[in-house]
Amino acid sequence: MNFLIISLIKAAVVAFVLLTTLAYLQWIERKVIAHIQLRVGPRRVGPHGLLQPLADVVKLMTKEDMIPSHVNKVFYLLAPFLAVTFALISISVIPFGTEIHIGSFDTAMQLTDINIGVLFILGLSGIGVYGVALAGWASNNKYSLLGGLRSSAQMISYELPMAMAIAAPLLMLNTLSFRELVNAQGGFYLGFIPRWSVFQMPFPQIISFLLFVVAAFAETNRVPFDLPEAENELVAGFHTEYSSMKFAAFFMAEYANMVTVSCVGTLLFLGGWQPLFPEEYGARFLPSLIFAIGGLVSIYHGMNPARPFDRITLPVAGVVFLGIAAIFLIPVVATIILPLFWFAAKVGIILFLYIWVRGTLPRFRYDQLMNFAWTLMFPLAIANLFVTGLLVAVTSK
Amino acid sequence: MPPLPASTPISWYLTLSAILFALGVAGFLFRRNVITVFMSIELMLNAVNLSFITFSYKLKQVDGHIFSFFVMVVAAAEAAVGLAMILTVFKNRQTLEIDEISSLKN
Amino acid sequence: MDSILFLIFAAIAVGCAINLVLQTHPISSALSLIGVMGALAALYLLLGGEFIAAAQLIVYAGAIMVLFIFVIMLLNAGAESKIKRSLWPKFLGAPLLLVLLGIIYSVIVRVLPSSEGVTFGAFRQGNALEIGRVLFTSYLLPFEVTSVLILVAILGAIVLAQKEVE
Repeated sequence: MNFLIISLIKAAVVAFVLLTTLAYLQWIERKVIAHIQLRVGPRRVGPHGLLQPLADVVKLMTKEDMIPSHVNKVFYLLAPFLAVTFALISISVIPFGTEIHIGSFDTAMQLTDINIGVLFILGLSGIGVYGVALAGWASNNKYSLLGGLRSSAQMISYELPMAMAIAAPLLMLNTLSFRELVNAQGGFYLGFIPRWSVFQMPFPQIISFLLFVVAAFAETNRVPFDLPEAENELVAGFHTEYSSMKFAAFFMAEYANMVTVSCVGTLLFLGGWQPLFPEEYGARFLPSLIFAIGGLVSIYHGMNPARPFDRITLPVAGVVFLGIAAIFLIPVVATIILPLFWFAAKVGIILFLYIWVRGTLPRFRYDQLMNFAWTLMFPLAIANLFVTGLLVAVTSK
Repeated sequence: MPPLPASTPISWYLTLSAILFALGVAGFLFRRNVITVFMSIELMLNAVNLSFITFSYKLKQVDGHIFSFFVMVVAAAEAAVGLAMILTVFKNRQTLEIDEISSLKN
Repeated sequence: MDSILFLIFAAIAVGCAINLVLQTHPISSALSLIGVMGALAALYLLLGGEFIAAAQLIVYAGAIMVLFIFVIMLLNAGAESKIKRSLWPKFLGAPLLLVLLGIIYSVIVRVLPSSEGVTFGAFRQGNALEIGRVLFTSYLLPFEVTSVLILVAILGAIVLAQKEVE
């Protein structure tokens, strides 16, 4: 019974954090792309546009929810439901940190640790194709059908290099459950190089990581692989006929897929919550240091800001950062939050890479995209798996 | 409502497998769209998989899982070739009803 | 608890299978088949076959059924038209089916002792390690033969679905 209550509380916390992260990921994306393009991004709704996601949610919920008359109603309503359900379920097997022991109560920072965690995520990303395919077909519209079919063909084509890129570090780490994967990446070589998969002998998995990131871009339909849903190509592709909450469901599914794939990449390749350098070199104080420097810089710039209203917002941000730096120094709380910080930092780096690439690269044409998957990435993934297997077999007793 | 047994008897799993197989045969015999006939075949293969896994549980060996894995692989190969054939037949006959693809008869 | 879970997933499987047989549009049948496969994956988990449950989701529900749905969408298959059938199958078929299933059930119950039941967690050899070990030692030859089979199937599908070369 105790287990049930704790699980429900964990599920509520994870769901709340995930949905807030999705909303603010959209804010971060709009701001970062704006700054890449030398403009400012949303800045009217709340200071620096921080309440923009809230305004977007209100807009999407209050828009008129209409069902066009020419669609196939059952599948039209089923498709966004499938897309968002399977995108949100995948977060339940991702571990965010180590185990928490508070007094007599210990639990892991993960909803459930199944023995086949990696296969579960692969299976769910396979089933996530149905939301897109059904949406394209049910809309009864040439452009939607074409967009839906192209998008699903792209997703299943890139599942293959992604699965092989995932299989290579699994050969070295010898387990399928996520918690064991991260535990097998602990420790340091030569005292200061972390044993993450990308650095692990006998074969540092750098090629696998690159293959995984590129395949992940294609799986989540992000630039440069977003031809099926680009606005100037196919009139927004498979979600042309969708409005208000159903469109919000597809949007949420896309960002949730991005977050899931970034988390999986972090756990498999970048060592999950393992720190970058050992405890004796002060890894415990790095987060406090980063936040303290951020706070001091904000307060310094708050003295003579570029825009007048920043005279208020920048010092407030500085004080908040200094507060967070202080929280990281409290011993009891720090043991819980430190692994979370490393995990969030690594996931944040991959998500920033997603947003950076979106603002920078042009998109592939569809035949270039499929050629890239089948003639370049697939043989490279097979060769990588073969070399990894060979080196593991030769160097193991 | 009679009380449920603490652990499910194995006969229930095998009966479920028989029910699914029978429904697969019924779909195979009654439906006229060739793709639906093909899907009934997949349903029969799934029912057989359930039987294999159940017997693997009963005999406490893992061989049933291996057989089931091979059944899945063969079903995948068969689906690929069968659907390619359906595409070719459709290109030539423009129809998907098995009653009309009968030029080899008589 | 195990029995309740079994009954729920068995009901979903049988319901989706009946839906597959009764629906007229192929896409509805395909989605019902995906429902059957999902319910069967849950039943495999109850029987301790965790690798096979994951393989069912990845291979069957995530790849083979996507292929089916692609073909149905590409061919623009419509709903089947109703034809005049004789009434014998409808009124004789379903009761005879139930009689057959009853006979099968009684034979199964007579052969298998119902003392031993299925409890979740009693069979621990269904994980990836065990299956990998047996697959690559005792069943290595069938494994290699199936890889040749898949290669043949790929070649066959490509040749069959090719455009006509003028």
